[in-house]
Amino acid sequence: MAFLDRTARSMLLMELVSGLGLTLRYFFKPKVTINYPYEKGPISPRFKGEHALRRYPNGEERCIACKLCEAVCPAQAITIEAEPRDDGSRRTTRYDIDMTKCIYCGLCEEACPVDAIVEGPNFEFATETREELLYDKDKLLANGDRWEPELARRLELDAPYR
Amino acid sequence: MIDFLLNHPVGIVILTFMKALALLVPLLIGVAYLTYAERKVLAAMQLRKGPNVVGPFGLLQPFADALKMIMKETIIPSGSNRLLFLLAPMLTFGLAMLAWAVIPVNDGWAIADINVGILYLFAISSLGVYGIIIAGWASNSKYAFLGAMRSAAQMVSYEVSMGFVLVSVLLCVGSLNLTDVVRAQTTVWFAIPLFPMFIIFFISALAETNRSPFDLPEGESEIVAGFFVEYSSMSFALFFLGEYANMILMSAMTTILFLGGWLAPFGIEPFTWIPGPIWFILKICFCLFVFLWVRATFPRYRYDQLMRLGWKVFLPFSLAWLVLTAGALLAFGWLPDV
Repeated sequence: MAFLDRTARSMLLMELVSGLGLTLRYFFKPKVTINYPYEKGPISPRFKGEHALRRYPNGEERCIACKLCEAVCPAQAITIEAEPRDDGSRRTTRYDIDMTKCIYCGLCEEACPVDAIVEGPNFEFATETREELLYDKDKLLANGDRWEPELARRLELDAPYR
Repeated sequence: MIDFLLNHPVGIVILTFMKALALLVPLLIGVAYLTYAERKVLAAMQLRKGPNVVGPFGLLQPFADALKMIMKETIIPSGSNRLLFLLAPMLTFGLAMLAWAVIPVNDGWAIADINVGILYLFAISSLGVYGIIIAGWASNSKYAFLGAMRSAAQMVSYEVSMGFVLVSVLLCVGSLNLTDVVRAQTTVWFAIPLFPMFIIFFISALAETNRSPFDLPEGESEIVAGFFVEYSSMSFALFFLGEYANMILMSAMTTILFLGGWLAPFGIEPFTWIPGPIWFILKICFCLFVFLWVRATFPRYRYDQLMRLGWKVFLPFSLAWLVLTAGALLAFGWLPDV
């Protein structure tokens, strides 16, 4: 009897037909695609994207050239040179991040005692040449100015968990 | 003018040329949109959206793809046989177009209404394997060669059972003329009395066109792209066009042999208002949708399973059903007058 049952099922292509039925049901289901360049998925406050150097509200740059980020960076993507400024405060003269080396681990952000270097929400910074990905201090500060409202909000949202 | 076209030898050539153009241009546009439909249907069944950026609903995508294909460089491998390497895609594409000469789109709308239509189609589709074997051989690459071998074995195996299906259809018709085949289905489409043969024919058509789940000659996960692994640019595009044109051809054959060609369903009032060619196209579209649907549903067969299905299941089954059909026709006196 079991043999008859099995033979009948295979001759009538039962399994194939039920498989086709399943795909046909999926054919009419609503689609889950996020229409990327026009639609974007939600991003966590902890998202580790493009780097930025932040400033204080009075316009003074936060970075004090402690070089903790340079030391902690596992990919050795950060290069910092520093010397005292005219007013005696310690500032960087050079702050480079090689974005082609960076592994986006976020350790620089965690190491920073003054929330100066952060990883922002931006992940769309593809370039046409490799050189454009060797970020210098100006580029990083410009990023900070551009994303500051977003960066501050993200730090505030993530603060309870730090 | 009409007299010249119908009776003068030059006129007949011009008329035939125009007829061929009227058939092939829509066919090629159909092929282009079949690639689009395939991507859309597969996407929908995988809960994706598919191409939707180029033009409204992505409708211009096939043209963007074609343009890209034309811009690419044609690479001829140094170890290949140049002549055969370039001949193979032309052969595949040419044969896929050639078969359309006998397909009746409406009553009397075939370019060549010959009395051996089925035989012609069968011969042309058998020749199709040459394009693949030549491509695999001329590429001088192990993957291409393996793909070609698989394809040859597969197409030969499935042609046998397909032949028996065709014989059982033409027993019911009493003619090899494709127009007569459709006319014989005025009362009932052959898909109903010959239902098992219809299913076998369709599955064999999948194998014959190297479509999933029988796409072993391409077998991406095993042999890269199979017989056309060395091809690029337009030579690749010709293979691609040939494969999709063959899909449409097989759908057209299924439509003519089993789904009543240009005939409206049941031949009753609201359906008969729609002209025959529209029905013909709709039925082809339905068959093509099933092609894509099957691709979205089933995983690829293993090679030995494919051979087992062809030789040990389809061949005896179609043979038995052929004898049964012939016996029933004889016993009940339903044999058509020849």
